[in-house]
Amino acid sequence: MRLRRETAAPVADPTRGVELRAVGHVYGDRLVLADIDLHLTERRIGIVGANGSGKSTFARLLNGLVVPTTGSVLVDGLDTRAHVREVRRRVGFVFQDPDAQIVYPTVAEDVAYGLENQGVPAAERAERVAEVLERYGLAGHADHPAHLLSGGQKQLLAIAGVLVMRPARIVFDEPTTLLDLVNTRRVAQLVEDLEQQVVVVTHDLDLLHGFDRVLVIDDGRVVTDGPPDSSVSAYRALMVHR
Amino acid sequence: MLALYVPRASPVHRTPAGWKLLALAGLSVLVFAVPTLPVSGGAVAAVLLLGLAVAQLPAGVLLRQARAVLWWLVGLFVLHAVLTDVLTGTLTVLRLLALVLAAAVVTATTRVTEMVAVIERICRPLEWVGVRPARIGLVIAMALRFIPLIAERADRIREAQAARGGLPRGLRGLATTVVPLLVQVLQMAHTTAEALDARGADDEPLPRRRRRDR
Amino acid sequence: MKTKDLVYIALFAAITAVLGLVPAIQVGPVPITAQTLGVMLAGAILGARRGFLSQLLFLVLVAIGLPLLASGHGGLAAFTGPSAGYLISWPIAAFVVGLLTERFWGRYNLAWGILANVVGGILVIYAIGVPVLAAIANLSPEAAIVSGALPFLIGDGIKAVLAAAIAVQVRRSYPVIETPQRAVALR
Ligand SMILES: Nc1ncnc2c1ncn2[C@@H]1O[C@H](COP(=O)(O)OP(=O)(O)O)[C@@H](O)[C@H]1O
Ligand SMILES: [Mg+2]
Repeated sequence: MRLRRETAAPVADPTRGVELRAVGHVYGDRLVLADIDLHLTERRIGIVGANGSGKSTFARLLNGLVVPTTGSVLVDGLDTRAHVREVRRRVGFVFQDPDAQIVYPTVAEDVAYGLENQGVPAAERAERVAEVLERYGLAGHADHPAHLLSGGQKQLLAIAGVLVMRPARIVFDEPTTLLDLVNTRRVAQLVEDLEQQVVVVTHDLDLLHGFDRVLVIDDGRVVTDGPPDSSVSAYRALMVHR
Repeated sequence: MLALYVPRASPVHRTPAGWKLLALAGLSVLVFAVPTLPVSGGAVAAVLLLGLAVAQLPAGVLLRQARAVLWWLVGLFVLHAVLTDVLTGTLTVLRLLALVLAAAVVTATTRVTEMVAVIERICRPLEWVGVRPARIGLVIAMALRFIPLIAERADRIREAQAARGGLPRGLRGLATTVVPLLVQVLQMAHTTAEALDARGADDEPLPRRRRRDR
Repeated sequence: MKTKDLVYIALFAAITAVLGLVPAIQVGPVPITAQTLGVMLAGAILGARRGFLSQLLFLVLVAIGLPLLASGHGGLAAFTGPSAGYLISWPIAAFVVGLLTERFWGRYNLAWGILANVVGGILVIYAIGVPVLAAIANLSPEAAIVSGALPFLIGDGIKAVLAAAIAVQVRRSYPVIETPQRAVALR
């Protein structure tokens, strides 16, 4: 909704990754993010931090759901402020609560929704939907009412609805917080298998195993940035001293 | 969700939804424009024939719809018999019955998705004033998705209240459930809107030609 | 219209539908359903435009064949019966409730809320429902009022108060109608 028209023909450069330049964000008069300068090119990036530290706001910056109050965010060289639409096509987003993101009454319809917006022809749409449902074990549920799925299946459905659009990067905001151990492991495996660049906000530190880079956000600032082991210990130390 | 559609292989089922709706509108004009017993009585008979014999609907389906207005019809008949005359009473009751039954036949023989398509088609001229017909299909789908979701959340709130020993009945019970329920679903709506945008809901409308195949 | 407005519209259509599942309370011979509570809430929480569209959407859902009216009725038959006028008035009722609520928004409280709900959620519904009843059922105006308005008055009054009480509390924790800040700033 923020920008109706793209300002110029976007020229994307996929090698540039995601760049945050002097980013700050305020809600009302509350400073939520400050002084963020980052270049995200790694394939597996984790974000950890206390409740209310600004993780979700940070995640939303990456696909233009939130436009920064100051500074700028570039995705493949495209400024999220000027090219929201193209940026959203490149960056998928999975939320914590699957109930909030499933918008159609039955499974297959919901998965098809994003493709309709992209103007994918009906035949190709059906094919891609079937393929994704198959891959995430939902093939038998194509015509099922979404509200009858289990919590884990709902989250898989939400993820399928994003992956079917084939985004180049995917942001997950606490994808496993509402799931049991089995489904958490499933989602972890799914994330591991993805070829795309993945940014995961999580409280589940096990999920970060094998990641390339983990950021610790505290009170709106990136306080630690490094490999998972050192970032996670820094995070634990930080929380202990609260 | 249980729709009122009754699947059968009949010519009535195969008739395009738009024609059935036009016929229904035509019937309502007819029975009010020509207020005579043969017309109203004939309409009831014709509708019954169409619904029971041609469309092969179970009598119960039509009965259930008629029952919704049954007491009205009985009351009306008595009222007219006392205040005006039996003929007016019969006429009033028959033409209402014809319309209610005809509407029930249309509903029972037409899929919800077909109706949605008709509505999108009817709304197409609204494009000129900035309405996007595709969004009508979206809000219908979302509402259908939200009904079980809201019912489930309401149950959960009542359980939580009961677990803590408070479960007022009646009106107070309704209010103490509805307030937290509304706050919850309004917050959820914020995330849902973001999720929709993330999947391209606010993209520019597609060129007409490509939208056709939706 | 923003995506969020579409979600709100779908949400309140669904809320009116779910309120149809609440068992009717019997006051004497007259069953009082919770459904018009949804109509009032739509206006009182979403405002005129979105409230109107949400209840219009609800009617569309009923018309396309879903049994969403209290006690499981629905389909086109609902629009041909004697109570068709009441049903059709719901979007307009939500609009008027919303219009008044927006007017009172700065000082909205129980009293203003009740006023908005009574005017929009009772008077408007009767003003449309009763004449349609009289026309469809060949009734005199007096007979239509006696059979189609008076028996429901108490129940509707209770709902107007209830909806206002709910709207006041929701406004405190999650206001949806926006305060016209710019208009204030310009003054
Ligand atoms: N839409 C919003 N409007 C106002 N404040 C917000 C909004 N979203 C988040 N906040 C506030 O910003 C801060 C950071 O929130 P968030 O990014 O959701 O943190 P986290 O995901 O780490 O819990 C919190 O204090 C939260 O209350
Ligand atoms: Mg968060």
